[in-house]
Amino acid sequence: MIDDAIEFLEPYTYLIIGSVKALVIAGALLGIVPLLVWLERRLMGRFQVRLGPNRVGPFGLGQPISDSIKLLFKESIIQGSADKFLFHLAPAIVVFTAIVTFAVIPFGDPITVMDQEIGLWAANVDIGLLFVFAISGMGIYGMVLAGFSSNNKYSLMGGLRSSAQMISYELTLGLAALSVIVLTGSLSLIDMVNSQDSYPNILIQPLAFLLFFIAGVAETNRAPFDLPEAEQELVAGFHTEYTGMKFAMFFMGEYINMVTMSALVTLLFLGGWNSYGIPVWPIIAFAGKVGFLLCVFIWLRSTYPRIRYDRLMTFGWKVLVPLSLLNLLVTSVFVVL
Amino acid sequence: MLESYLGAGIMMLMAIGIAGGMVVMTSMLGPKREFADKMEPFECGESPIVSPHQRFSVKFYLVAVLFVLFDIEAVFFFPWAILFKQLGMFGFIEMLLFILILGVGLLYVWKRGGLDWE
Repeated sequence: MIDDAIEFLEPYTYLIIGSVKALVIAGALLGIVPLLVWLERRLMGRFQVRLGPNRVGPFGLGQPISDSIKLLFKESIIQGSADKFLFHLAPAIVVFTAIVTFAVIPFGDPITVMDQEIGLWAANVDIGLLFVFAISGMGIYGMVLAGFSSNNKYSLMGGLRSSAQMISYELTLGLAALSVIVLTGSLSLIDMVNSQDSYPNILIQPLAFLLFFIAGVAETNRAPFDLPEAEQELVAGFHTEYTGMKFAMFFMGEYINMVTMSALVTLLFLGGWNSYGIPVWPIIAFAGKVGFLLCVFIWLRSTYPRIRYDRLMTFGWKVLVPLSLLNLLVTSVFVVL
Repeated sequence: MLESYLGAGIMMLMAIGIAGGMVVMTSMLGPKREFADKMEPFECGESPIVSPHQRFSVKFYLVAVLFVLFDIEAVFFFPWAILFKQLGMFGFIEMLLFILILGVGLLYVWKRGGLDWE
């Protein structure tokens, strides 16, 4: 009976493994979001010498869960003059791109279960880094469409700002990653980690690491680059008109993008799951580095004030782009010699 | 070869399911109480007088055009960067010229004030 079943399923092994992996990764991502919200609120509390949420469940861990249940049962108000189709489409695009980007992120060496080699990633594509840039670049559509379809001045301004900001910093993101590609000679994220088995790239590419991380913070619209949703001037910008779960979906997208960006920085510059002599499981080493970077994201938010919009754009174009070009030049000089 | 994209394809289907499911769920759950004032766009308590779709600053357009120019040029770097070690000195000098041209372009835009926001 069981043999028959196994024999019948044999040709579909690849499909089944792929589906299970995608299910686990998507589930983990959706689970990480409330955890990260909780972590951010607790840490922000500590940074501001207060307690943060601590009433619901142990250490306030139930707070994000009860928040998401509340948001799910809130009324979904669609403002009268809004473009209904685009209004619904925008948050879906944000969540979709955030989850799909994570498909090519590897988080460990392949493991063997029941004579099947299972890679710890949803998809191992040779152009991993390009895939990440391509899909995450599509996330801009979500914000622009949200701002446009809301038919609200503040939302439109937020959408415009976010599009200008994200395309400006995407340039730096790509150019900073290029120096790592020059060193590795591959776009595959797994090759990049394997090439760092003796020392992490941050030691030889500190400037590229800094540029990539700054551009990453700007790409995820996190403080101090959270201009698109500046509360004081734009009353939350592109998601002013959104309520309930659709409002929460923008935050889900933002937090998943934070995890993806931290994972990318880890893979490109911090040596991925290499632990350099410290006896921990590879996956723990990877999770530890990602977790540390996530704390840095929150740390930045509680340390720096929001920067002015003209400063943001001139900083991107006049400082980061020339620096990343220079870094690429210096890197290629050292590689060719 | 294409097998490796299967995982990404499954992930896309799953993401469509999650994103679509959330939008549908939030529309079905939750109360529906509509009245005229609630359906107006948010304007800090005022009724909006003019349409939000006004002309916006030309700077946003300029940044978008600059991005297209520079990003297309940056895309040329990717195949070069992968093959860089095999191309050796030849590839380096070719790319040096390309970076110089890119740098001159950036300098020109800079001097013309294309990167200034006032």
